[in-house]
Amino acid sequence: MQTSHAMAEVPGPAPQALDYLNADYGIRSWLFTIDHKRIAILYLLMITIMFVVGGVFAAAVRLELLTPQGDAFEADTYNKLFTMHGIVMIFFFLIPSIPAVLGNFCLPLMIGARDLAFPRINLLSWYVYMVGAVFGTFAIVAGGVDTGWTFYTPYSTTASQTNVIPAVLAGFIVGFSTILTGLNFIVTVHKMRAPGMTWFRMPLFVWAIYATSLIQMLATPVLAITLLLLVLERGLHIGIFDPALGGDPVLFQHMFWFYSHPAVYIMILPSMGVVSEIVTCFSRKQIFGYTFVAFSSLGIAVIGFLVWGHHLFVSGQSAYAGMLFSLLSFLVAIPSAIKVFNWTATLYKGKISWDTPMLYVFGFIGLFTIGGLTGLFLAALGLDVHLTDTYFVVAHFHYIMVGGAIMGYLGGLHYWWPKITGRLYPEFWAKIAAVNIFIGFNLTFFPQFLLGYLGMPRRYHAYPEEFQVLNVLSTGGAPVLGVGYLLPMVYLIWSMRYGPRASANPWRATGLEWTTPSPPTTHNFEEVPVVTQDAYDYPAMEKKVA
Amino acid sequence: MSKLLFFLPEQASSVAGPVDLFFFFMVAVSVFFSALIAVLLVFFAIRYHQSGAATAPAAGVVVGPEPEHAHAQGAMLLEIVWTVIPLGLVLVMFAWSTSLYFTLVRPPADAVAMYAVGKQWMWKFQHPEGQREINELHVPLGQAVKLTMSSEDVIHSFFVPAFRVKQDVVPGRYTQVWFRPTRVGRYHLFCAEYCGTQHSGMIGWVEVMKPEDYQAWLSGAAGGAPRQTLAQAGEQLFTERACVTCHPESGEGRGPSLGGLPGAAVTLEGGGTVVADDGYLRESILNPAAKIVAGFQPLMPTFQGQLSEEQLVQLLAYIKSLGVKPAAEAPAPPATKD
Amino acid sequence: MPDHASGHALSPHRQLQFESYEQQQEAATFGMWAFLITEVLFFGGLFAAYTIYRLKYPAAFQKGSLTLDLYLGGFNTAVLIGSSLTMALAVHAAQTSRQKALVIFLAATLLLGSVFLGVKVIEYGDKFHHHHVPGPDFRWRASDRGPAQLYFSLYFAMTGMHALHMVVGVVVLAVLIVMALRRRFGADYFTPIENFGLYWHFVDIVWIFLFPLLYLIGRHG
Repeated sequence: MQTSHAMAEVPGPAPQALDYLNADYGIRSWLFTIDHKRIAILYLLMITIMFVVGGVFAAAVRLELLTPQGDAFEADTYNKLFTMHGIVMIFFFLIPSIPAVLGNFCLPLMIGARDLAFPRINLLSWYVYMVGAVFGTFAIVAGGVDTGWTFYTPYSTTASQTNVIPAVLAGFIVGFSTILTGLNFIVTVHKMRAPGMTWFRMPLFVWAIYATSLIQMLATPVLAITLLLLVLERGLHIGIFDPALGGDPVLFQHMFWFYSHPAVYIMILPSMGVVSEIVTCFSRKQIFGYTFVAFSSLGIAVIGFLVWGHHLFVSGQSAYAGMLFSLLSFLVAIPSAIKVFNWTATLYKGKISWDTPMLYVFGFIGLFTIGGLTGLFLAALGLDVHLTDTYFVVAHFHYIMVGGAIMGYLGGLHYWWPKITGRLYPEFWAKIAAVNIFIGFNLTFFPQFLLGYLGMPRRYHAYPEEFQVLNVLSTGGAPVLGVGYLLPMVYLIWSMRYGPRASANPWRATGLEWTTPSPPTTHNFEEVPVVTQDAYDYPAMEKKVA
Repeated sequence: MSKLLFFLPEQASSVAGPVDLFFFFMVAVSVFFSALIAVLLVFFAIRYHQSGAATAPAAGVVVGPEPEHAHAQGAMLLEIVWTVIPLGLVLVMFAWSTSLYFTLVRPPADAVAMYAVGKQWMWKFQHPEGQREINELHVPLGQAVKLTMSSEDVIHSFFVPAFRVKQDVVPGRYTQVWFRPTRVGRYHLFCAEYCGTQHSGMIGWVEVMKPEDYQAWLSGAAGGAPRQTLAQAGEQLFTERACVTCHPESGEGRGPSLGGLPGAAVTLEGGGTVVADDGYLRESILNPAAKIVAGFQPLMPTFQGQLSEEQLVQLLAYIKSLGVKPAAEAPAPPATKD
Repeated sequence: MPDHASGHALSPHRQLQFESYEQQQEAATFGMWAFLITEVLFFGGLFAAYTIYRLKYPAAFQKGSLTLDLYLGGFNTAVLIGSSLTMALAVHAAQTSRQKALVIFLAATLLLGSVFLGVKVIEYGDKFHHHHVPGPDFRWRASDRGPAQLYFSLYFAMTGMHALHMVVGVVVLAVLIVMALRRRFGADYFTPIENFGLYWHFVDIVWIFLFPLLYLIGRHG
């Protein structure tokens, strides 16, 4: 959207101008900052470290699975590796990734606010994340944890001999960081929008973050109490899941997935928001079906709360409960399908350029389509019986969370990189990396669908020989994918120092964030902007150029 | 013939074919939509490609075809089409897969009852004839088998890919799975729910035998026929643990008589009825105070921790072997005793 | 949308990210309500577990409930309701800039909260004394030893979580009292008092549910 003071007013890349990065120096100016943009950078730093740690665990897992015999690691070591891969990637990387980094950075800019509603709480949530990270690191360093990231009882309460309590507390604590961030975003979107920024002028990324925040706010507390009950049971015998007392271990699964299924949408919704931003900018068109895309985010958030039971189709829950959860799970596919069709339709008769963010969007749409469709296989009761707890599930959720969520995250990171750092990244290498990741990802994870239908159970340290060929293919793809992820880390860091300076709006994008200098000043806007147009008015912009 | 496609496990049960058929339907739908999206993406990306359209404003931008302010009606029609078609499709999938599921979870009337116990990290099986096996289960071809399963420690999951069946084995309760083997052979049995160090070692075999071979196996091909059938072992326990003192067949004991109990409706103290399924019998042994039969006192001690899962199963088999009593006894007698 | 052209735009309490003091107040109150919704879900998990087990083991829950001291529980309920009253009076005092009354009512709330916690300590001690704490030392005469432990586990988890919220509340109250003594609040700035009042009433309401569910279920009829 254009603002009443048009882009011409925006100062060019004057090198001496004070921006949020050079407004203050020194470690203290970062650790005590309440600027949402600096806090975003703090998160970026941490989740990148976590991504590397989780990636190392993943590499070790794939290495072990190269051969049928469990010969690279001991069984116990392997079990810890996949557990810690899951915990680190989900709680410490995926869930905070887009909301806490890109959301934190962009949300106030996009709605024309000087900061989030509660900047101190924003900083607090980063420290809470750090405390959680300390517990997580302790759990790892003290010898690891082997329950799987799902912490199923009674294994986690009675059988496991590992550091369950610190690991569970890590998840518990980092959950509060998520709650605080979500709360902050919700209040900000409700109360801090600039004049003229009506709900239906908001960029779709803001809608997506808003829907995500709703889930974070409503689901995470249930996880918190569930994990706390687990700690009480393991640590103090104050337990309600213990079958020896007549307790029900499946109740834990219900409570766990009441959070953890919506958590999947915490990971994918923000990515969908990023896609809506990028697909419009790089096809120079208004989004097709703005309201449908916006409401489908809310639809996913709402229905997403009612589908958790599809993780329990073979757990012994009643067949009729299974039926209901299956139906709802099928229904939650519809808003996702609507989004995919609308993005595709947006491309029609656009002016499409193949810049890196757009390549990630192409990758996202393709991989998310496969991930979503294979989700239907798992929503189908009669088929899920065979597929659940096999590599089919592993492949499916990696298509959603890695193929979907991380593709969106990287696309968004490249798209807003000039805004965040004031520098351009090297386009050539970025394109190579994007293609590299797409290929590596499919090599790694597509064979796992086949492995799953063949019947290979997940979380297997050793496996029968008939599964080896597909496992070798999968492990073969992993280094390709790994190189793909390393490349951006190298060239993005390089660009922070050596990249060409970015103009205020290098993509000629709409959106209030692009009306600020790159990088923005500490308080974002000299004067609060007044919004007069709908989001993504690219046609008007194109006309002006002509 | 046994391997149609390299990613298809053998089809060795009556449900494997129907499950695979549905799977292929799902694959067809998925391939169609993935291909549709992929083709459109690639086509649009090439057909409407304009290098640098986003980055280089001044450099001789050709203004494309007048950007259509998509006229609202056509757009709305499209939105409806691509909402309704997927909706219809998923409803078809739902109906089909749910009917498949009810086949999977409802054992047929002729199913033979066998018992499984999962523990870290092995599978233990008991046949009604008394044979016990570890990590191997022999079953006759064509005969439906209903497995009643329990766990001694953590959650396990009984998974035979060739049969397309899977069911979690949960401590503290019984779960059931059934299958009708349709092909002779040895098939992998996996534990599919993570259960600790040797989770991946909790692998066994289901061996499907021709009925005559199975009979031969039962009568001692594998090291002599057992002394007792499952029910006989249960009867012995019933006597040894003095259950019989309070639950005599005559119905004159301090506890209710158990003849004909399984599957019957039981009237409870304080109102309400409950069907005496495996879960009820189990609870009544381990936590007898939970549901008191109308007209009786809560006198029975708990057997929690005093019976192994296998012994429980033997007791169950014994109780089920007791003949059905005449219906006259069904209404609980007023507590005239004591 | 908040009214940006407010006369209070230059209030000394306005933080930089807000256009007006009203906007800031609205945001703070809205945020507090949102936070309380997360709290509802937090306790909701416990209440859901309670409901499931009570339906499964009604007899054990009734027997467990009968071991609790109705008088202490009833006394504590009265204390908490009283503290909600003093808290409401404190908010009113802040809104009307009555500094002395504000301090007195906050202190009364703190006192009542502490009394509640003190009684809770006595009740917990009693549970240890009678070996009604789940675990290896648990003693129970009837044969439903397992379900009885579930009841007491829920008792400790639910009242424990509630007590933890009370402890947090008491600490915040102490801070608020110090601030009130320094005359930080008044008719132009009472958001912290108001929002804390919401929190305190919420914790009170949780107890209003806990008391009948834990203490009274065995005593009807």
